[in-house]
Order: sequence, then structure tokens, then C-alpha cells
Amino acid sequence: MNTAMLLQMAAEAGVGRFALTSAGRHYAAAELLAAAGGAAERIRASGCRFVSLLDVSSAATPVALFGAAMAGVPYAPLNYRLPAEQIRALIARLDSLYLIADADNCAAHRGDPGIGEALTSAQFLEEALAHQDPEPVWPDDPGVAVQLFTSGTTGPPKAAILRHEHLMSYILGSVEFMSAAEDEATLVSVPPYHIAGISALLSSIYAVRRIVQLADFSAPAWLDLVEREAVTSAFVVPTMLARIVEELEAGSGSWDVRTLRAIAYGGGHMPVSVIEQALNLFPGVDFTNAYGLTETSSTITLLGPQDHRRAVASGDPETRRRLGSVGQALPSVEIEVRDAAGEALAPGQRGEIFVRGPQVSGEYRERSAVDSDGWFPTRDTGHLDADGYLHLAGRADDVIVRGGENISPAEIEDVLLTHPAVVDAAAVAMASEQWGEAVGVAVVLKSGASATADALRDLVRGRLRSSRVPEAVRFVDELPYNETGKLLRRSIKGWFA
Amino acid sequence: MTALKPGLRLKSGVCSAEVMIVKGAGQTSITCGGVPMLGLDESADGAAAVAAEMNGCLVGKRYVNEDQSLEVLCIKPGEGSLAAAGAPLAVKQAKKLPSSD
Repeated sequence: MNTAMLLQMAAEAGVGRFALTSAGRHYAAAELLAAAGGAAERIRASGCRFVSLLDVSSAATPVALFGAAMAGVPYAPLNYRLPAEQIRALIARLDSLYLIADADNCAAHRGDPGIGEALTSAQFLEEALAHQDPEPVWPDDPGVAVQLFTSGTTGPPKAAILRHEHLMSYILGSVEFMSAAEDEATLVSVPPYHIAGISALLSSIYAVRRIVQLADFSAPAWLDLVEREAVTSAFVVPTMLARIVEELEAGSGSWDVRTLRAIAYGGGHMPVSVIEQALNLFPGVDFTNAYGLTETSSTITLLGPQDHRRAVASGDPETRRRLGSVGQALPSVEIEVRDAAGEALAPGQRGEIFVRGPQVSGEYRERSAVDSDGWFPTRDTGHLDADGYLHLAGRADDVIVRGGENISPAEIEDVLLTHPAVVDAAAVAMASEQWGEAVGVAVVLKSGASATADALRDLVRGRLRSSRVPEAVRFVDELPYNETGKLLRRSIKGWFA
Repeated sequence: MTALKPGLRLKSGVCSAEVMIVKGAGQTSITCGGVPMLGLDESADGAAAVAAEMNGCLVGKRYVNEDQSLEVLCIKPGEGSLAAAGAPLAVKQAKKLPSSD
């Protein structure tokens, strides 16, 4: 299979619609298809073995993604926020590379070992549009579609591989062709090197839903664009939603966001307090929580709009708890929770989450992590409830083991965040002579608000078992996050060493 | 007979339809309008469509055989109906999911 197919179908069926709005300019799917055809021709001629985009999102993003697919070359977008030496090390792993970058990065890296050809995003787009091929051809199955370097919060970046068959299985299994209404527009603010940025393009192209790009996220810019482009849906990571909520609650600006009908979120742990505030602020909006990994071609479980409404309205604690879950597996995906010995666990029991299905790659450049039966160990921990709702408890490496008891950082953080003075909190393992590990928490207070360590300990003691009460409480100005909102727990652990 | 392979594209010999194999292995005869479908670079031999097999196929729909061992995606619509090994293919019903990205 080849993901280029999705764009061709949209180009033929989506006549009269726009597929993309970028920096105020609109593009039809047929125009993107022809431009990608032009780009593929240049990529093939270069003889390069990889295509990378090292820039914020722009019209060059879909042209590079589909152009690489048509040329049969893996698309390996790079994180433009990394320091130059790290980018150089990744480029060396992509020999030889067709690099598309912003002007500064293009100048800085055009001489790096591994570079076959380097051009700016503006040049790339201009050339692709100038050499449009309205009837591009491509190989039926070129193998690897995308190679993404995982964020490497626990070691050097791994090169995760997604084949065309994985991405196509995901899209065909979860998106109905041309299912978007004519007025639909989706706001994409995740960066292009994130799996959610790639799946957002593929999903909306196939649904024939107009994509509105926001290159550099800020809450006011996001709200401006929703109003200006009459945006109907969006995907955000939790930190983005938290900032949008803060901005609206601060009441400093006024935006007409009545066109907004759906918000999907994922890419990290969403504090229950934030989603509750968001549900209040956007009463007419459908919220969907999506859980997935790079290695699984994005979403594998969904908590849909009905689940959100039912959970909020319910008096039953089990149903209410679902607001903190990531929902149920997609129809084509199987989920199993296993203990340390690899045995499947019953509902309610916590262990490591394994996943299987046609969209699951689990493959790295160096090795495959999938077992002989097709199961991929996610390294995330959690449990399934009786109805198959998945509750995450954090990365396997982040679980705090206190006196043999496994403690999930998220349960403590969620309780701390209910305190009116607390805006952010992280629980990590700290060394303890008595228990092996104990709980340390780093807490950010609202400006002008105060809370004592003992008050926070009392709060946790009142809601959870005494083993969850933090040994150490540290007040800090802010917690360290990477640019897509992933909490850098390793750095926080260092504070308690 | 066609050697099936995911990603393989076939075109109709009697209408504008095209399909892509999503799932399937081995050799099977896939027909549209009762006439074997062709590779994209092959040309039709002028065989006439079977009138009873001209009920159309819709772009974006997935079609499966009875045991779902074969699945094709209609990538261009046409007037012919799809069949494999002499049995009609049916539209695969999918659960409607909220957009998650």
C-alpha cells in the first residue's frame, strides 16, 4: 500500500473543497497532489535515501510527506528545537538525506555528513509547485513510510519505523472516506515531527476535511485562528489545552469560538482538573481522548464524547473515574495487560500494556520489539476496567515501588492538582533506606497562592492510602517539559537525589 | 487469475472503477462487471460486461469476501460490481468513530 493513495482519492472526490490553509493561503487536494508529484520527481532525481523536514509546519509539510511516499523514500521529519549537534548526529543516521529546512537550519546543516541535497522549505515548495505533476505515479508498496526519532526521555533517540501498511491500516480502520461535512476545518498545532502531526494530515486528507495549520502554538494565536478560519475541530496535547483554558479563564481577550464542535486530545497525561474545566468552558464541544504511541501509528484507544458526558454526569464512582481513562480499544486493536512474568491480568489489575493490530509496527531501525504473536510491549502501565476502559498509570520506568507496592505517579498528581493553590505537580521515586523507594513531589503554586507541605500531605492522606503520602515536598517555579508537553521526569528525579 | 498482494492496484475492464488490495494472498480472480480486473498498465480486451453485475462500486468503501480473507478498497468509482472467485464482494461495515486527530 502507499499513503499517496489517500491524497489522490481526496483530489478526485474533493473537487470544490480546500484541503489546506497555511499562512492564509488555501490549497486544493489536487494542487497538493500535483505538487507532491513534482517533489517526488526531484527527490527521485537526487538519489537520496531519506527525506527530512526540519522546520515548523507549512504547506511544505504535506508536500514533503506525500512526495516522499510517491518517491518511495522514508519521510523522517526532525525536531527543529534540538541543539545543532544533536540534529547533526541524527542527520548522520539518515545517509543520504534530502533536507528541507528553515533558512537558518538549511545554512547550518547543508554541509553536514549525510546530506545529499539541502534546500529551504520555501524553495522546496516553490519548485514543487513549479514542476507540478497532475498524474503522479508511485510504487504500490515501497515499505517504510515514516521514520521518527522517539523523544528519548530515557536514552538516545530510537528510530521508530512505520510502514505504509501500518499507516494505511490505521487510516482505513478509523476514518471514513470523505466523511467530513463541507464546512469542516481542523486546526493542527502539533509539530510536524510528532506522530500526531503526521496522523492529523493523513486523517483529515482522507476525510476531506480542511486542515488549518498553526506553526507556533500559543493560546491566543490558537484562539485567533479558530475564530478567523471558522475552525470546527482540533487536536491538542494536554499542555496546550491547559493554556487555552487558562487564557479563557483569565478573560483578557474575547474570541468567538462558536464554530468549534470537537476537540481531541492526547500525547500525554491529561489532569482530570483540566478536562473538567475545559468541559465547563466548552459545553457544546465534543471531547475525545486519544491514546497511542509513535510505534502504534498514533491512536489505539479512544474515550469518546458520550463517555465524557456520561462520566461527568454520573454519580457512580466507577463511571466517573472513566474521565481519567483513555477509553476503549479501536475495533481493529487488541489490548492486554500483563504481569512481570508475561501472564495476562484480569480487569482491575495493574501491569504492563501490550497491544496488537495491523496498525502496530513496534519496529525500530535496529530491531523489532514485537513478539512472535504480534504483541508490542508499550512500556506503559495501567489496568483495564470491567468494560474494557484503559486506565494509564504512567511509564513502566516511572512507577514508584515503595516497600514492594507499585504506586502510579498520576494518582498522586491528580489529587495534588485538586488543591486550589496548586497549578502543576509531579510525583517521582526517591531513594529511601526504609522502603527502597519513596514518593517525592515537586509542586508549582499559583502566583500569590500558598500551601504548606503538610497541607498537601494531609490532602493525599485523606484521598489515598498512607503509602502515597509524599516523603519530600519541593516547591518550584515550573516543571520541565519537552516541546510537545512530555514531562521530563528524569530531571525531576535529579532534584530528589 | 491475479497474484494478490496488499497495495496492488487493479482497474476495471468495463468501467472507470479501480481498486487497491488491502488484504489477501494467493491467486484469485477479481472481477468488475463480471469481467476480470486488469493491472494498471494492461489494456482491456473488449469483453462485454455482465448486465446483472453492473450495480456499481463506491469510492472509499472497503469490499470483502464472505470469510473476509480478501479486502479491497475502491479507489475510483464505477458502474460495475466487484466479485472474487465468482462470489460478489460486500461492503465492509465499519463502526463510526469520533475523529481522534
